[in-house]
Amino acid sequence: MRCTQHLFLQAAAVLPGQSSMRAFQILIDGFAISALYALGATGFTLIFGVSGVLNLSHGAIMVAAAVAAWAAASILNVGTYAGALIGVGVALLTAFATYFAVVKPIQDSRRIPNEEKEIFVLTGTLLWGIMIQELIAYFFTNNAKTVLPIVEGVVEILGVRTPRNEIFTAIVCCLVIALLWLLVNRTRTGKAVLAASMNPRGVTLLGLELTNIYIVVWAIYGILAGIAGVLLGMFLGVSSYSVGPLTASAFSIVVLGGLGSVSGSLIAAFVVGYLETLTAYLVSPAYRTIPALLLLVFVMYIRPQGLLGRR
Amino acid sequence: MSTFFTSRLFFISLALVVIAATLPLYVSGYVLGLLTVAFYFGVFAMAWDLLFGFAGEVNFGPTFLIGVGAYTAGILNAQFGWSVYPCIVLGALASVIAGLVLALPALRVRGPYFGLTTLVAVLMLQNFIVVFADLTGGEIGLTIPDVITIDAGANYWIALGFMTISAAILYGLSQSPIGLVLQASGQDPVQAGALGFNIVKHKLAAFIVSAFFSGLSGALLVFYFGTASVGTVVDVAVGVNVIVSAVLGGRRTVLGAALGAIFLIVAGEFLRPTGELATFIVSAVALLVVLFFPGGFLGAALSREARS
Repeated sequence: MRCTQHLFLQAAAVLPGQSSMRAFQILIDGFAISALYALGATGFTLIFGVSGVLNLSHGAIMVAAAVAAWAAASILNVGTYAGALIGVGVALLTAFATYFAVVKPIQDSRRIPNEEKEIFVLTGTLLWGIMIQELIAYFFTNNAKTVLPIVEGVVEILGVRTPRNEIFTAIVCCLVIALLWLLVNRTRTGKAVLAASMNPRGVTLLGLELTNIYIVVWAIYGILAGIAGVLLGMFLGVSSYSVGPLTASAFSIVVLGGLGSVSGSLIAAFVVGYLETLTAYLVSPAYRTIPALLLLVFVMYIRPQGLLGRR
Repeated sequence: MSTFFTSRLFFISLALVVIAATLPLYVSGYVLGLLTVAFYFGVFAMAWDLLFGFAGEVNFGPTFLIGVGAYTAGILNAQFGWSVYPCIVLGALASVIAGLVLALPALRVRGPYFGLTTLVAVLMLQNFIVVFADLTGGEIGLTIPDVITIDAGANYWIALGFMTISAAILYGLSQSPIGLVLQASGQDPVQAGALGFNIVKHKLAAFIVSAFFSGLSGALLVFYFGTASVGTVVDVAVGVNVIVSAVLGGRRTVLGAALGAIFLIVAGEFLRPTGELATFIVSAVALLVVLFFPGGFLGAALSREARS
């Protein structure tokens, strides 16, 4: 979250003082950032909805994807497209590793009482995320890395100079979310996933193997987090320091929208994205995250289950 | 309670404290300094264990309580020139107020929702410190002019004594009827309420006690370090260390949390030659303990004793 700050400063310097243009600028920048947040949070909420797991290594997986894409493109020189694919692939593998090495052993453990599994999954994935973060820092240093964008150049929309990459980011995010919607609502596998999020026991009674559904969900999650991570790397750049803030932002968007509700997270992502952009442009980039945090606290008091959450 | 004084655990703890108290006579100041910090961390972890292990509240923001205590004491000393002891007392009191603020959402929301609220509390405190940099020293930190004492041995004894007294109070509380009611209300609040226990009162008490010890320890730590900064007392990473200590040592044991904290800090120091990989190794060990010995150090030891 903090790494987005320099972008706003840059954009603010380019801006002439016209208010209508500033409004468009906020509209466009806010949209791209919100779409990115939405993509990052969707996978997170999907996993919670289906298997009740809050994956605190989320930020680490996103950064791993971005750093892998960066390393493939700038060290191995495989090109931007292949680099992006490698990034997504790494995220997928890391997501599977998270499930099989951390989450599944805790869920299957007989020594951990059921009511404490939640905190064990939280602690376990948190430690796992720190391990990934430290490995990235060890092999690739703490420096911020910007993945070479797939599309370059700048276009003018409504008088606002906008990098093509920003438009590309927004379009890809929307497309991927639309595809996810189709997958969940229109395919057999997707319907099984949806059913599992409503009633896991009912799904097993229908003869579907719950573990297989979990694997599908973690695969979807890995791909979503990977795409979000690579896009973030192209758009704003990442470093191993962004792990914590990324997890925190996904966590707060998901809670704001209501845990487990995908549409709630989408709305919340846009609320948080625009609120942050507005604050950065109109008040000061230093106060960027504060209104969103206040809103979160406010919503927790008024409506503890979030905007569209069911308890 | 009376069985405790004859139990093996009591004698082991007593022996450990006595041995620890003689350390300044023959180890270097460097080791003492390390252990002093570890003891204050032990109190953080024990206070956290009281909230999580007994009241069942997933508190991701132990550093909110610690930070409020530490910064209140630090600011009063550095900006207003108050002397050390009133600063420490007021730091602990400020932390109790912070604990009450944190307790309000806990009475409404549970589980991950409360966890997030506590995380947000830490982030808000962090933002507050950065925004009001004139008062708090901002991201660089606040330099504290006064110290309790500069003698390494005396500092060590203060930390050890403080940890021992805190451990005795927190452990006693956890084994008392209050601890049992807390445990019941953490596991099933509706049923515990139906049995006629005032859950709100007990939970508030748990928050107050936990906040008091966190804040007191934070304030003492600030006067030991001579500086208060986000990186040492507020950052989420510090909170993670506190949580990991408690889980490592064995949750719901209170004393184990202190062991976990000492282990974590000493292990981090031993691994210093490995450079940047130190945090990786500590996290990996902690993850293995979480996966294979979910009861933690003390949990595993106690269950073996119970079996034999």
